[in-house]
Amino acid sequence: MEHATTLDHTEDVYEPSLTPDSLGKLGMWVFLVGDTMSFGALLAAYAALRAGAGIVGWVPPSEILGINLTAFMTFLLICSSVTMVKALESIQNGNVSRMCTFLGLTIAGGVIFLGLQAYEWYHLITHGLTLTGIPDHGLSGAAISGSTLFGPTFYAITGFHGLHVTGGVIYLAVILIHGLRGRYTAEFNHEVEIVGLYWHFVDLIWIMVFTFIYLL
Amino acid sequence: MAQDGHKEHPKYMNIFWWLLGLTIVEVAIAIPDYNVILKGILLVGLACSKAILVANYFMHLKFEKKTLAIIVVTPFLICVLLVFALMPDLTSVDRLDGIEKPAEVVDTSAH
Repeated sequence: MEHATTLDHTEDVYEPSLTPDSLGKLGMWVFLVGDTMSFGALLAAYAALRAGAGIVGWVPPSEILGINLTAFMTFLLICSSVTMVKALESIQNGNVSRMCTFLGLTIAGGVIFLGLQAYEWYHLITHGLTLTGIPDHGLSGAAISGSTLFGPTFYAITGFHGLHVTGGVIYLAVILIHGLRGRYTAEFNHEVEIVGLYWHFVDLIWIMVFTFIYLL
Repeated sequence: MAQDGHKEHPKYMNIFWWLLGLTIVEVAIAIPDYNVILKGILLVGLACSKAILVANYFMHLKFEKKTLAIIVVTPFLICVLLVFALMPDLTSVDRLDGIEKPAEVVDTSAH
């Protein structure tokens, strides 16, 4: 009797694994935690440079960047996150064709986002926002000298995010091909969930980038 | 919940409308000119709310084990600490500026 009590106690002490249904999911979470630190370091550096420049020494980004376009890009990524969860929901209900449709829509959202970002970069570069300079809006000398750091930080952060979107689109395309070949079922769909985690992370980071770089 | 394979799905469209609404509020708050600190607090608060919605419902973090949630939240806290850790560097830049200026004055008087 005593022995049985001890065994029960032991079972209570041991914590079950974090994600017993998929070690791949745990792996993706660990990767995302590391990636959060990369983006966190970039955004912290941006915040520090901006705080160091002061209010006079930093041009409000809204005077250089187009908020309407990037607000639409944010909307697009939110939509693609919804289509991603709908794809997962579909395959968990055993509907492969619906999953493939939603995965296709998610990929389309990512591709349009990248196209808009390329357009934005082209527009900004042709209007003078480069790695060493900013567009001339009749700024004072202090604002121009401080804001020369805006270009490099802007392109580094949005470019790093854009690379993640590119990687996500490729990753989603691979999962879609697997889906079309009938790899996933209602019982086996962890890979769809894992790519979903990555895609939602890309969306989450953009929410932060949009606020810190474009709105503040 | 994680073991159940997410049989009970959250209402994703509700989350979508919340995210859309918060984005519209963000843009509306960002456009007018007023107190920078107040604007910053409001915008960062809204962005964090959106991020929590995405993580909790789209990434299903709310339905995972608490240990995983603690692991995921840790880097965000470290990132906030990182901003404060960089503050002394900014102060040192100010100090350097202060040192350089008298040196220039000395050079000018020598010529």
